[in-house]
Amino acid sequence: MKFRAKIVDTACLNHFTRVSNMIAKLAKTCTLRISPDKLNFILSDKVANGGVSMWCELEQENFFSEFQMEGVSAENNEIYLELTSENLSRALKTAQNARALKIKLTNKHFPCLTVSIELLSVSNSSRIVTHDIPVRVIPRKLWKDLREPTVPDADVSIYLPVLKTMKSIVEKMKNISNHLIIEANLNGELNLKIETELVCVTTHFKDLGNPPSASEDASQDRNPEQMAEVRIDIRRLLQFLAGQQVNPTKAVCNIVSNKIVHFDLLHEDVSLQYFIPAFS
Amino acid sequence: MKCLVAGGNVKVLGKAVHSLSRIGDELYLEPLEDGLSLRTVNSSRSAYACFLFAPLFFQQYQAATPGQEALRCKILMKSFLAVFRSLATVEKTVERCCISLNGRNSRLVVQLHCRYGVRKTHNLSFQECESLQAVFDPALCSHVLRAPARVLGEAVQPFPPTLAEVTLGIGSGRRVILRSYQEDEADRTVKAMVTEMSIGEEDFQQLQAREGVAITFCLKEFRGLLTFAESANLSLSIHFDVPGRPAIFAIKDSLLDGHFVLATMSESDLRSPERHRLAPPLQADSTPHLDDFANDDIDSYMIAMETTADIEGSRAVPSMSFSPGHQPPSSPGPYSEDNDTEPSIEPGTPPPKKFRSLFFGSVLAPARSPPGPSPVLAEDSEGEG
Repeated sequence: MKFRAKIVDTACLNHFTRVSNMIAKLAKTCTLRISPDKLNFILSDKVANGGVSMWCELEQENFFSEFQMEGVSAENNEIYLELTSENLSRALKTAQNARALKIKLTNKHFPCLTVSIELLSVSNSSRIVTHDIPVRVIPRKLWKDLREPTVPDADVSIYLPVLKTMKSIVEKMKNISNHLIIEANLNGELNLKIETELVCVTTHFKDLGNPPSASEDASQDRNPEQMAEVRIDIRRLLQFLAGQQVNPTKAVCNIVSNKIVHFDLLHEDVSLQYFIPAFS
Repeated sequence: MKCLVAGGNVKVLGKAVHSLSRIGDELYLEPLEDGLSLRTVNSSRSAYACFLFAPLFFQQYQAATPGQEALRCKILMKSFLAVFRSLATVEKTVERCCISLNGRNSRLVVQLHCRYGVRKTHNLSFQECESLQAVFDPALCSHVLRAPARVLGEAVQPFPPTLAEVTLGIGSGRRVILRSYQEDEADRTVKAMVTEMSIGEEDFQQLQAREGVAITFCLKEFRGLLTFAESANLSLSIHFDVPGRPAIFAIKDSLLDGHFVLATMSESDLRSPERHRLAPPLQADSTPHLDDFANDDIDSYMIAMETTADIEGSRAVPSMSFSPGHQPPSSPGPYSEDNDTEPSIEPGTPPPKKFRSLFFGSVLAPARSPPGPSPVLAEDSEGEG
């Protein structure tokens, strides 16, 4: 197994840093999947996560000037590494004024992802920072749990409002209730609702727009006013929103009534899918 | 004692106190002819810090009332720090600061003369004590490196603020390397990230050390001096020797100098895989340290050292002067260990054991006799009168 990659462009470096910061906020531990064309950050749905899962994908050639990998075997030309997300974002934080950044898979008494950064310095001398991030190589037999999730057939698909606004609303709601109902219809309306014995609070978003649906039959049968709703753990939603420091290029919310809410975001060229199951 | 600090120097004094507060809980104040000395030591006696402010630093400086001996005292660090808690406020509002020792009331009076005629008076209780002395001499250390504080600040920047220890060494190509030090990881299931920073020789004003040497010390304590040096835009020198012997961090300008003496881990503590990464291992003639230091009775070491310090008759001598000649510990007279001015180590605070034993261990390494006095940390024994 081999992996070596290099970033020399400052804009790419900053973008990669932003992606890693986002991942660090979304998942404490995640799996990095390395394949010849892509990098994926994966969180698989486990009880420990509250059933939340995440799939983040980026095309390696949009970031790296050099990229070489050799997977576990020729037929399985992939590498799956489990790591603490914060380590990667901390390592990349020192790359703010970097001339070049190299990442490679190494074995220093235990498997590591070594991030090596050549810093620009005032004097002509070079400074090099190296971070050895411990990783766990995931054996092939567990790869089946880490496959790209299938996008569910949504009852309603809707474009999200500005995420920062959503976040500040959900943050206040968190103090009142542990559960939140997210509901939307094909009329571009989305509501965030919390209900307790003493109080009900609903925030209404209008005119959001709905993306063209994949299956035409289903959407035509459906009453555009009818809401599809899911009751979810408010902290999971807040964690997702907290990870979005920058407003994405595209943000779609897919709701499967009483089952799952699926967020499909695009940050420039990086796609993020986040699934929050209904609270049972 | 009476001294008056004016203008921008009040903030400098405040910053020095903040710096010292990173090390110890008690501040030892000693007015000397050379200036006002502020010192502290940590609870495990593995770190000592001292600032000496020259008389010119003050608008007015009087070490002692004529005819009387200078009063040495120690006060709670927390109390003194509270006077300078908010450096921003100090900078904006304080015009003058007057410090005086009132022997009769046992109060250290710190009076801040602020803008608009506001005067804040702090009466801090103090205890008279003997001089907190550490005998150390940077000139005795084989290796030294010196760089602007800014360079060292940038060097430690990639390390997490919570990192306790760091290894400093010279790697191949005479590059200066800083590496995060991790405790023995045999029991840990989640391994920690290891960070290493490599800086070229050109960034240093002085680099007198051979490839392969390395020491491991407490980063948190070092940061205390580094922050001060960065704000004062000074150069910082690091004098060190073999692992196990204390490292001396020094800054100096015309009005003040500061020294932080920190214990370093000995070779028996350093894990060989970590060391090998830096460069070839240290030379074979390094002193092997006894393994049972951790079990040794620290108190008996302290007795020996305190007697040593007293032999020099050094009560009135500023602690930073070099006392020539190796003083073998002589047999102590009956000595009441329980110096009431020296608090015993609180059971609640577990000192990093390896540091504590090593700091004293280096004094008594029997296999070789050091060429000069071994670095010693001792308080003059009151009982010796």
